Amino acid sequence: MEVVFLLNGETVRVQADATRTLLDWLREDRGLCGTKEGCNEGDCGACTVMVTDPDTGVGVRALNACILFMPQLHGKIVRTVEGISGPDGALHPVQQAMVDHHGSQCGFCTPGFIASMATGHMQGRTDHDDVLAGNLCRCTGYAPIIRAAKAAQDAPVPAWLDDAAPEVSAAPYAPETLDELASWYAGHPDATVIAGATDVGLWVTKQLRELGEVVFLNRCRDLQRIEVGDDTITFGAAVTMTDVHRVLKDHHPSYAEMVRRYGSEQVRAAATIGGNIANGSPIGDNPPALIALGATLHLRHGDTTRDMPLEDFFIEYGKQDRAKGELVTGVTIPKSAPALRCYKLSKRFDQDISAVCGAFNITVEDGVVTTARIAFGGMAGTPKRAANVESALLDQPWTIATIGAARAAFEDDYQPMSDMRASAQYRLQTAQNMLRRYYAETTGQAVNVLEVQL
Amino acid sequence: MSVAKPLPHDAAKLHVTGQARYIDDIPTPSGTLHLAFGLSEVARGKITAMDLDAVRAAGGVVTVLTADDLPFVNDVSPSNHDEPLLATGEVHYVGQPLFLVVAKSHLAARKATRLGKVTVAEEKPILTIEEAMAADSRFEDGPRVWTKGDVDSALSSAPHRLQGRIEMGGQEHFYLEGQAALALPQEGGDMVVHSSTQHPTEIQHKVAEALGVPMHAVRCEVRRMGGGFGGKESQGNALAIGCAVAARATGRPCKMRYDRDDDMIITGKRHDFRIDYDVGFDAQGRVSGVDFTQYTRCGWGMDLSLPVADRAMLHSDNAYLLEAARITSHRLKTNTQSATAYRGFGGPQGVLGIERVMDHIAAELSLDPVAVRVANYYAPMEHMGLSAPMAGGQPPESISVQKKGGGRRFGGEYSPKSAAQTTPYGMEVTDFILHEMTEKLLASSDYERRKDEIAAWNESQPLLKRGIGFSPVKFGISFTLTHLNQAGALVHVYQDGSIHLNHGGTEMGQGLFQKVAQVAASRFGVDVAAVKITATDTGKVPNTSATAASSGTDLNGMAVLAACDTIAGRIADHLAGNRAGEVTFADGRVRFGDVDMSFAEAVTEAFVNRVSLSATGFYKTPDLAWDRIKGHGRPFFYFAHGAAVTEVVIDTLTGENRILRTDILHDAGASLNPALDIGQVEGGYVQGAGWLTTEELVWDDKGRLRTHAPATYKIPACSDRPDQFNVALWDQPNPAQTIYRSKAVGEPPFMLGISAFLALSDAVAACGDGYPDLQAPATAEEVLAAVGRARG
Repeated sequence: MEVVFLLNGETVRVQADATRTLLDWLREDRGLCGTKEGCNEGDCGACTVMVTDPDTGVGVRALNACILFMPQLHGKIVRTVEGISGPDGALHPVQQAMVDHHGSQCGFCTPGFIASMATGHMQGRTDHDDVLAGNLCRCTGYAPIIRAAKAAQDAPVPAWLDDAAPEVSAAPYAPETLDELASWYAGHPDATVIAGATDVGLWVTKQLRELGEVVFLNRCRDLQRIEVGDDTITFGAAVTMTDVHRVLKDHHPSYAEMVRRYGSEQVRAAATIGGNIANGSPIGDNPPALIALGATLHLRHGDTTRDMPLEDFFIEYGKQDRAKGELVTGVTIPKSAPALRCYKLSKRFDQDISAVCGAFNITVEDGVVTTARIAFGGMAGTPKRAANVESALLDQPWTIATIGAARAAFEDDYQPMSDMRASAQYRLQTAQNMLRRYYAETTGQAVNVLEVQL
Repeated sequence: MSVAKPLPHDAAKLHVTGQARYIDDIPTPSGTLHLAFGLSEVARGKITAMDLDAVRAAGGVVTVLTADDLPFVNDVSPSNHDEPLLATGEVHYVGQPLFLVVAKSHLAARKATRLGKVTVAEEKPILTIEEAMAADSRFEDGPRVWTKGDVDSALSSAPHRLQGRIEMGGQEHFYLEGQAALALPQEGGDMVVHSSTQHPTEIQHKVAEALGVPMHAVRCEVRRMGGGFGGKESQGNALAIGCAVAARATGRPCKMRYDRDDDMIITGKRHDFRIDYDVGFDAQGRVSGVDFTQYTRCGWGMDLSLPVADRAMLHSDNAYLLEAARITSHRLKTNTQSATAYRGFGGPQGVLGIERVMDHIAAELSLDPVAVRVANYYAPMEHMGLSAPMAGGQPPESISVQKKGGGRRFGGEYSPKSAAQTTPYGMEVTDFILHEMTEKLLASSDYERRKDEIAAWNESQPLLKRGIGFSPVKFGISFTLTHLNQAGALVHVYQDGSIHLNHGGTEMGQGLFQKVAQVAASRFGVDVAAVKITATDTGKVPNTSATAASSGTDLNGMAVLAACDTIAGRIADHLAGNRAGEVTFADGRVRFGDVDMSFAEAVTEAFVNRVSLSATGFYKTPDLAWDRIKGHGRPFFYFAHGAAVTEVVIDTLTGENRILRTDILHDAGASLNPALDIGQVEGGYVQGAGWLTTEELVWDDKGRLRTHAPATYKIPACSDRPDQFNVALWDQPNPAQTIYRSKAVGEPPFMLGISAFLALSDAVAACGDGYPDLQAPATAEEVLAAVGRARG
């Protein structure tokens, strides 16, 4: 496949296999060894690079090069650590600050930190913990890195980072319209659809799978639309979680706060909401929130479209209501749901897969529960609604006694399993306790350790 | 002088621009081959068949090696010759290398390893402490037991007594650069090996063994590691040997780097421990006797487990004078990864044992945990002048006397009165400074006020609870294997006055190279920019010890000082003859009487007068004498200290928790470089807190490690560091004669993370009257379980 993109200010034209990663290409073919491989699965950030998609206008994003396939770069602008300092060797403000504030020790994670920091700097960000949540450092304890990020945040963006978009033509592996994509996929139903590759990437780098025929969604603008209507919001399937997050902040703050902790900056910038649904994972974080919101899923097979409540899409572990050759095209949610709360429980707050992810959307009128939509991830083979718990709450007074009485219903809804993230017993107990937390939150109690400030 | 300056890491600019080279970044000759191991999927059994035809036929594969193909010694062990590079008939853990694929690319090698068909007659693996004890599966012929005083009568006569148990998990190093090596075959069968190792001499030694050549035929070079933390003390052997053997077999350069999952599955980690305790104490919480039983899973090979377990025993006292103590240590052999060195080397486990005891005593007596600790502290160091001999043998004639009646809260009457205070292993403690450090830290952290404020806050909060914890550390500095406490250096001064510096220490991020360069620059009175730091190289400095045990700067700094002083002495002799002692080297100038010339001019003059400008330096730590079987002697040159106060908040519904504030006061002696030392303290603390909170290793009942990638094994991320993080150095000279009176700083701060664990226990204790009995790691799940225990 021919891929054309701008690398450190220079247009490059590369013949690459569909699953050749940018990281391997940089290091093995291009001789740019500044970008490091730390984990090869998008969890450590040592391979972070700056990527701009000039067509979308969303600006620069940090991405993990280890799970970024070369065809995903077609038409994009890439800066690696080698291209973050100036052509004459002048340091970028974040580079100088990292030297001045002793932000590197062994130095292996540092190029990735520099790429994330330069991206955040260009975006004008000051939420450094979020900007750097996807970059692991084992030496410094992060404190000097944050000092450096703060020290550099007000410096101007160096002129040498001002890149012009490369001239590219359409690529056959990346359809530009939904019509084109749907038609092609219906005719190639065994192909692998690649959106952000935050999951598929690991099939290649860890499972060492051969994917066969593939199609890339990154140039399909029809799937990247966000429509904010009077009552609803519709996300195209290929909208990245970064863009989902941006919209949710205005309309569903609790869901947005959960997405802030979903993956990392780099993962959210690649991952798509459609991918998180379509892969059917029981531990994806979007489905519980979407189900609690009563989301509608949109699918398309060739020219045929259909809609369904999202909860019906998940049939059992590994099985979804999607025909071969059928695409998930988007999801629609209500624009407002002030009662929605999302609770993500994981070993580590940032960039960790949930042990339990609970979403609650309970409305109370005159002290009585009038509607209840509750869904969980990590509690069953699929994202699943807590039908029995909902029944136990419905039409009941919104009191601690009702909450207590509903606890037992969790055991009817869920028989979770034990794994390396949590025991079954802990999952069940915390799922029950999340209802208690939800109640406490509605009564104004402090429930979130992340909000405690000294 | 450049010492004591907060200069940046020597490679900082290379780090931030991506120019710093690690093993996998070194340009390789064309034809370089890439290696990967095929791994055992069974924890224990006998190999009955190994069908590698599909592996050999796979795309890009050049050759496949098994144990039978190895020309000489098949062993990677640093200690006991019990770890074959490739399995010989039996498998001992899931992840053990069985065969070695040599291929044209890293990916081709990895893909081919998955095609091996290995049949193993499975046996029931020994995985747990209970299983190992039942099978008497252990290293050495029985438990190691050290005793001081009459423990049984101390326990039986104590006014108060309690028993308990703490389990503590292991820890994955998670160096960001995985294990890697590159072997370049030379003429005549010689081999050059680039390795990401803390121990180049061991790489040289093991590669020579594997190639059947003398050590002189092998040269190992290490410019830097992308993190080590102990994980590259012995765990790099397999890759270096594999590359060398494959390079010998093929005549081509060979490179190997572990994929992260392979790295975590194959290599050893920190030893997990269980410590049972039985302690007697009085109403003030003063310990009269303690009986510790330590159990540790060493994994399948001996590796460094004996000295690790020794060091856990050696730190069972931490900062506390124990008049009667028995420490029993079981070093158990299990079918898991061979546990290895990890920052602290058993020390943190031993320290956590006694810190748990202090915490438990304070809870039992409803006393402030800090007061209980201070009541048990060793007596303070006498304030001797630095002119007095510092190292060892100083009778502490008036220990605690000076504090009496001084109106100070700590020391004085609370301190033990015996004239010669010794550790449980019979070493006199003469340099103890935690009384003053504690006092200063409690003041700077506003401990008392915050403790009250937290209690009031907890009263008002039904679901969230805050807690505060204090922990001190006293850490023994020296390798306990005495002969390792030596170092060499090689210094050249070129005729233009530039300086080439080499020594046996390796750089893994700790800033060793810069600190030692600061020493060299100071000796010659030049700017540190005049000193070229060069890669560690067994061809330049031979017979080096691992860069480990926090000793890098102590040992290599002294060796470099000796080499520099030899050269400076020759220059001075040339310039001033019998008045050489009056020649000074400072500010880039060499001065003597009316003579005032630049360093470069002095060097040039020495050169044209045929003065040798190259010298080696050597250092061995004095005053060490240690019998590890008896558990008696002086294993350490001195102690380094530190103390921390941590505040946390927990959620009693989920166990989620977070560090809100940490205050640390750490003893780095007279710091050679305060910026780098503070970096070690901050980083060590966060790593230590990670060990005891989110970092959980999970094996299943087949012995398979389920947490073998960062997706499942969670080291602290950026936002996990304390919200408020105040770190200061106790900037007082080391009474022992170390390099510029500095102290080792690599490992001791790791143990300050224990304060976070204690703070969690304190927060849990706010939930009820029961003792939280918190176990480590205190994941959210464990914290929630402890909340349940506290509530009874």
